[in-house]
Amino acid sequence: MAEKGKGYKSVIIKVKRYDPGKGFYDSEYNVKISRYSTVLDALLSIIEKQDPTLAVRYSCRMGICGSCGMIINGVPRLACETNIMGLGVDKIYVEPMYNLKIVRDLVVDASDFFKKHRSVKPYLIRKDEEEQFRAAEEYRQTPEQLENFLPFAYCIKCGLCVAACPVVAEKPGFLGPQALAQAYRWYADSRDQGGISRLELVDSFDGVWSCEFAGSCSRVCPKGVDPAFAIQILKTEIFKKKLIKR
Amino acid sequence: MVEILKYDIVILGSGLAGLRAAFQAALTSKDRLRIAVVSKLHAMRSHSVSAEGGISAVLYPKEMNDSIDLHAYDTVKGSDFLADQDAVELLVKLVPEEIRFFDHLGTPWSRRPDGRIAQRPFGGMSVPRAVFAADKTGFFMMSTLYDNLLRFNNVDIYHENMATSILMENGMFRGVTAIDMATGEFRVFLGKAGIIATGGAGRVYSFVTVANSSTGDGIAMAYRAGIPIKDMEFVQFHPTGMVPSGVLITEAARGEGGYLINKEGERFLKRYAPQKMELAPRDIISRAIMTEIKEGRGFVQEESGLEHVLLDLRHLGEEKINERLPMIRELSKKLIGVDPVSEPIPVRPTTHYTMGGVHTDTYGQVMLDESTRIPNLWAAGEAACVSIHGANRLGSNSLGETVVWGRLTGEAAAQYAMRTPDTVLQVSSTLDEAIKREESRVFDKLLHVESAAENPYDIREELQTTMDKKVGVFRDQRGLEEAWSTIKRLKERFSRARVENRTRIYNNNLRDFIELSFMLDIAEIIVVGALNRTESRGAHYRLDYPKRDDVNWLKHTLVYYRRGEPPSISYIPVRITRWAPEERKY
Repeated sequence: MAEKGKGYKSVIIKVKRYDPGKGFYDSEYNVKISRYSTVLDALLSIIEKQDPTLAVRYSCRMGICGSCGMIINGVPRLACETNIMGLGVDKIYVEPMYNLKIVRDLVVDASDFFKKHRSVKPYLIRKDEEEQFRAAEEYRQTPEQLENFLPFAYCIKCGLCVAACPVVAEKPGFLGPQALAQAYRWYADSRDQGGISRLELVDSFDGVWSCEFAGSCSRVCPKGVDPAFAIQILKTEIFKKKLIKR
Repeated sequence: MVEILKYDIVILGSGLAGLRAAFQAALTSKDRLRIAVVSKLHAMRSHSVSAEGGISAVLYPKEMNDSIDLHAYDTVKGSDFLADQDAVELLVKLVPEEIRFFDHLGTPWSRRPDGRIAQRPFGGMSVPRAVFAADKTGFFMMSTLYDNLLRFNNVDIYHENMATSILMENGMFRGVTAIDMATGEFRVFLGKAGIIATGGAGRVYSFVTVANSSTGDGIAMAYRAGIPIKDMEFVQFHPTGMVPSGVLITEAARGEGGYLINKEGERFLKRYAPQKMELAPRDIISRAIMTEIKEGRGFVQEESGLEHVLLDLRHLGEEKINERLPMIRELSKKLIGVDPVSEPIPVRPTTHYTMGGVHTDTYGQVMLDESTRIPNLWAAGEAACVSIHGANRLGSNSLGETVVWGRLTGEAAAQYAMRTPDTVLQVSSTLDEAIKREESRVFDKLLHVESAAENPYDIREELQTTMDKKVGVFRDQRGLEEAWSTIKRLKERFSRARVENRTRIYNNNLRDFIELSFMLDIAEIIVVGALNRTESRGAHYRLDYPKRDDVNWLKHTLVYYRRGEPPSISYIPVRITRWAPEERKY
């Protein structure tokens, strides 16, 4: 929440903006914030009271829908989870996520991102599809088996990992940390029967082998998914299968 | 040239209900049908992702000493006997299959040591039957469902297409008009069959758990298309919204043993619901908290001025909190710097769920009155009012509602579409005129209003504050009349408001503006229903009529749009099959 009475102070929000007609330009705004205010609160306050032309993507404001990823003072973060006073500075610079095409201002084009995710077959594969959809009884899964993949299932598709990845910046064909982490999530689910076919999908230079283990993806993931770790496990699994074949 | 996109089924909304309907239609039709899902967000980001606590189902009746009859009774009693009992019986019968269906899609249900699915207690449920996935049940269900929808080649997902109206012709659904946010292009989705699954309307209030997107679009569009909207006066106020943002602290926090404490350190619920205490139904707890606050036993937060009580989880211990309630620990720390392991969380009743919605029959088919159905239109999830929840919803029944009716309406729409020839997807001259009128309404009038303009965001803020103050947990005649006057004044001001932002590309200002027009209608429907219902039942509490009145009020409200006049109201009976209304005590 921004803009009321007691306990509020002023900060400057500078936004890197983009319009297909105008190109890039900066806009600067003065906003009153409290100790509870997030960057998203400030941006919405700007739209409501100062500049309704500012384009921002947002929805849940509680870090679960993945809409509001952006670069805040150089770091890929969710705007709704970034407390302004917690940043410790009075000037906040906001840019759209790196490595994704820009639609307008802070809104980026996610279609390529969604396509790469879809390409790893991010759904439960069973040998008998007929049986799968006639759910008479649940598949058994112990808490330990659940733990094997659960952390990777927390992905909210916010794109921050892709924005942070130095390889994505250089190689637009690279599947990227989000898709690769999800490939592992399904591979590691004890109920999945995709097996080696899942590894084959990512065993390529555009797959796991372009990952240089920079680890920026895991650094910025707001849900603790640790995509870097998932990718290294995939590499290990691929190796193991190749050694067995010999 | 307006782009016309033709589909067998057009699904409006991409939450659990919409996506479940799409999945079922794709499964049933086995590639024969073309299905469109139209969402104003990226489809996977719908508000369903915020659901936390769980989805109740009778999975192991013998072992748990449970039965679908008991689940049904709990639900009917929870509804304060306004629920249509045949619909409730359908819910409890089908939801166990849905749990297993979602497991087969790969949902990470929390498990018991033996590998079967875990269940926990929830408000108003006699037996612990809420199935959960950590405390992010809605998120995991949505994520799994969306991902699995990607299997199909015949489901086209339209992200960020903002629907502006529902097209009807000769009493049939024809399609939906929408703006493609990315380009600003106006387009029409024509469908042989349609499903409205756009969720609830919590954002007409100010202090809410719901996402910014929950503005009741589908309900308002149906209303304007001549479809009656049912029971909107029943708005659920969840007892524990985090102060100052309103973000939800799941009922599961109380299910796992949390306490509600007032300024005197007292577990005050012993004076309101001595048996169930913190696990009494939401309406009872919300009223208890507001009474404590009214009588001076609450706290005041400085920055926001909001009054609240405390939710104390300290006695649960760090291990249990991390295992069962990790998300709320994370949220509480991130958003307000409070760690529930060592400090209680400030909470207050917050607008959470819309019991009312588009009037449908037991199977989700949209109805025009007590007996007339629209042949090719359905509604599912929070946007619909079947009615399963009557005057008050029990926690963990909403997730069940979305997927059961998602499945039923997806199936029904698919069967209908498979029997219907492609020739119906022609644009008649009448329809063409309706489309042109709508395009003009959205663009010419909205973008080019020149005179001294009102700021739509100021209008929105005043609407939300008014609803919070006068149409909240406690209502009375005067407050409701004042609210209605205010809404009428705001509508007049809105007619003089302008969209400042002229861009075609991603115009969120235009989207907000259209949403506000929907919100103003929704607010009016709620107030009119509340003003006329002179009794208290479930979540609708009148200080001037504090008792439940089954003699005069055991009925559903239907509100109809009347151009240039106040909405018209009529009433239809509640369908009672097995459980006669009784006193509702916990």
